[in-house]
Amino acid sequence: MRHIISMLLENEPGALSRVVGLFSQRNYNIESLTVAPTDDHTLSRLTITTMGDDRKIEQITKHLNKLVDVVKLVDLTEGAHIERELMLIKVKATGAQRDEIKRTTDIFRGQVVDVTSTIYSIQLVGTSEKLDGFLAAISGTTILEVARTGVSGISRGEKVLSV
Amino acid sequence: MLIRALHDEGVDLIWGYPGGAVLHIYDALFKQDKVEHILVRHEQAATHAADGYARATGKPGVVLVTSGPGATNAITGIATAYMDSIPMIVISGQVDSSLIGSDGFQETDMVGISRPIVKHSFMVQNPQDIPMVVKKAFYIATTGRPGPVVIDIPKDVTDPSRKFKYQYPESVKLRSYSVPGKGHTGQIKKAVEILLAAKRPVIYTGGGVVQGEGSALLTELVTLLGYPVTNTLMGLGAYPASDNQFLGMLGMHGTYEANMSMHCSDVVLGIGVRFDDRVTNSIAKFCPGAKILHVDIDPAAISKTVVADVPIVGSVTSVLEEMLELIKQSDTDVDRAAIDQWWKQIEGWREKDSLKVIPAPDDVIKPQQVIQCLYDITDGDAYVSSDVGQHQMFAAQYYKFDKPRRWINSGGLGTMGFGFPAAMGVQMAFPDAVSVCVTGEGSIQMNIQELATCLQYQLPVKIVCLNNQALGMVKQWQDMQYGGRYSHSTYAESLPDFIKLVEAYGHVGVRIEKLSELKQKMAEAFALKDRLVFIDVLVDPMEHVYPMAIKGGAMKDMYLSKTERT
Ligand SMILES: Cc1ncc(C[n+]2csc(CCOP(=O)(O)OP(=O)(O)O)c2C)c(N)n1
Ligand SMILES: [Mg+2]
Repeated sequence: MRHIISMLLENEPGALSRVVGLFSQRNYNIESLTVAPTDDHTLSRLTITTMGDDRKIEQITKHLNKLVDVVKLVDLTEGAHIERELMLIKVKATGAQRDEIKRTTDIFRGQVVDVTSTIYSIQLVGTSEKLDGFLAAISGTTILEVARTGVSGISRGEKVLSV
Repeated sequence: MLIRALHDEGVDLIWGYPGGAVLHIYDALFKQDKVEHILVRHEQAATHAADGYARATGKPGVVLVTSGPGATNAITGIATAYMDSIPMIVISGQVDSSLIGSDGFQETDMVGISRPIVKHSFMVQNPQDIPMVVKKAFYIATTGRPGPVVIDIPKDVTDPSRKFKYQYPESVKLRSYSVPGKGHTGQIKKAVEILLAAKRPVIYTGGGVVQGEGSALLTELVTLLGYPVTNTLMGLGAYPASDNQFLGMLGMHGTYEANMSMHCSDVVLGIGVRFDDRVTNSIAKFCPGAKILHVDIDPAAISKTVVADVPIVGSVTSVLEEMLELIKQSDTDVDRAAIDQWWKQIEGWREKDSLKVIPAPDDVIKPQQVIQCLYDITDGDAYVSSDVGQHQMFAAQYYKFDKPRRWINSGGLGTMGFGFPAAMGVQMAFPDAVSVCVTGEGSIQMNIQELATCLQYQLPVKIVCLNNQALGMVKQWQDMQYGGRYSHSTYAESLPDFIKLVEAYGHVGVRIEKLSELKQKMAEAFALKDRLVFIDVLVDPMEHVYPMAIKGGAMKDMYLSKTERT
C-alpha cells in the first residue's frame, strides 16, 4: 500500500541525506519526496511517499524515528488527511488541440500559466491521482515536459504535527 | 579546547594516529597530561582497540584520526562497533573549512562515508561549538542503544589562535532524541503471565544484556524461575556458563541442546537480542510452537525479523526489575511438573554431548583442546577477545564465560583483524588482568603491525594462534558445500615464521606442535606476565566446527559431525 510519511526534521546540514540514505541503505523505495523549512526556521517539514505492507512501513517509521535529526513523524495515511501535489506541464498546443487542451485544463481546475503560439504551460494542483488523471486525459497531445513537486500533506481536523 | 572538552567528559585515554589535519589537536595533546594518547600503527587498530576498551569497561572508546586516508582506515572499525552497538567516539580531522568540497589534499567526505554505519555524526562549524558537540556526541553514543558517533573537525576550527571562552555544558537536551526508559507495565504483566504459564520455556539473551548491565538481574530471574537459558555469541557471559541451567550458545554453531530447546519451546523470552539470521536459521521455520516475548531498548529491533507476540521496549535493567517484582508478587506459580518434564527432555539432548572432543591420533592437537587448556590455565577468568573464523567459534563454545564483558568479539560484522587490537584495548583498561587474543594465522595478519604498539606501551597481551594453515572457516564451507575445492583458502607454504616475526618486534614467541607439550608450554607462556607472548599452536587442519546449522532449515536442523546430522 502507498503511505505518506511526514516529519519534522532539524534544519541542519546532513539531515536530509540521513533520511534519504536510510531508504537506500535498507532497500526501501521513495516514490516522492518534498522538503522545505517551516515557519520555525530551525525545522524542516519533509514528506515522503513510499510503498510497502504494514510491517515494512512500521520498520520504516521506527528507523526514521531513530534518526537523531527526526523530531516528530506521522504516517498521514493512517488517518483522514489532505494531500496535494503541484504539477507544471508544458505541452504542444496548436490548431484544434489548443481549445481541447484548454477545456481539459478547466475541467481539472488547472491554469494555463504561460502561452506561446505553439505551447501551453499548465499548472495543476491536487492529489497525485488527479494529476495522473490529467496526464491520461491529455495523452493525445505532445507532452514536452512534466515537473511535479511530489506530495505534501497534512492531517484533517484537530491533529497537529508540531514540537 | 577539544582535549579539554574530552577531559571534562571523563575521557582519560584516546587511540589515534596523527596527520596534517589534526596537528593542532596533537600539539594540544603534547601540552597536557590529563588525557593519555596511544599511538597505534594503523587507524583500523585504533578503532578496534577503543572498541575492545568499550566492551570490557562499558565506557565509550575514543579515537582520533586525520582526514582522508586516516578517516577511511577507521571505517571498518566504526562499522564493527556499529553492528555490535558499541559506544565509541571517532574524531576525524578535516581539511580547512574553506577547502571543503574542492577535492583538497587528503579530503574525504567523512560524514558522508560513515553515514550508514554511525549512530550519528557531527561536522563542527565553529570553535565555540566544540564543547556542546562533544557533550552531545558522548550522550548519543552512550545512551539508548549505544553506537559509534563521528565528529569531523576542519583544521581551521582547531586553530589555537582562534580563542573563545570555554565552558563545558552541564547537561544536554536534544528535542529529537529520547532514550527509552521503563517498559510498558501492561506489556510486562502480559509477558510475566505467559512466562509463568509456560511448559517448555527458554530464556534467550544477547549482547543487550551485557551492554545494558543486566547480568545480575538476568541471573536472578533465571534462578527464580528455574528455566533454561541460552546466550547468543554476543551475549556470552551474561549468564554464568558453568551453571547447570545454561544450555550453551545457540545458533549456527550453538549446542544441540540449546537449538533443540529453542525449536521445541512453547515460550521464548528474548532479551537484548535481535533474532539475527545466524541464530534463527530459516525465519519461516523458527520456533513453530512458541510465543515470542521480546525485550529490547531499540523499538526497531523488535519484530524486525521474527514478529513478537509481546513486544516490550525498555532498558533491560528496568524491565527485568519489574518482571522480578511481578513474579515475586504473583499468586500463580511456575508449573513445576511441566518444567521438570522439560528439563528431562533437555537432559536427553544434553547426553548427546555435542561439544565432545575426540582426540586426534599421533599427538596432533585439536583446536578445541587448546581452548580447553586456555580455560584451565587462566582459571576461566581471562578477558578473551577473538578474531573471526573457526577459532572464534571454538573459543565461544569451549571457554565457559562466567562473567559479562569477558568475551570480546566482532559478532555482527565479523571483522578479521579485530581481536588483537581489541585485546590491547582490554589490557589498557585492566593492566593487571590477563588479556588473551584467540586468533587464526589468517586473521592475525590483518593487524599484526600492532605488535609494535604493544612494545611501545608494554602491553603484555597473550596471543593464542590456532594455526590450521588455512582460512579454516572458508575451507570448512568449501568442504561442505563446494566439493572440497579449496579456492584461495590455503597458503601453508607462504606462512611467515611467527616466532621470528614476533621476536623481531621484541616479543616472545612459543611454538607448540604436540598435544603432549600443550599444557606445559601454555603454562610457561602465561607465566611470563609482563611480556607479550605469541603462542603459535599447530592444530589439526582438517577440523570442522560443529554443530552447524543446515542452511534453510529450522533450528533443530544441524550437522553434528562430518558424518552425522539431526
Ligand atoms: C576482513 C574479513 N575478510 C574476510 C572475511 C571472511 N572470513 C571469515 S572467516 C575467514 C577465515 C579466517 O581464517 P583464520 O583467521 O586463519 O581463522 P580459522 O577459520 O582458520 O580459524 C574469512 C576469510 C572476514 N570475516 N573478514
Ligand atoms: Mg586459520
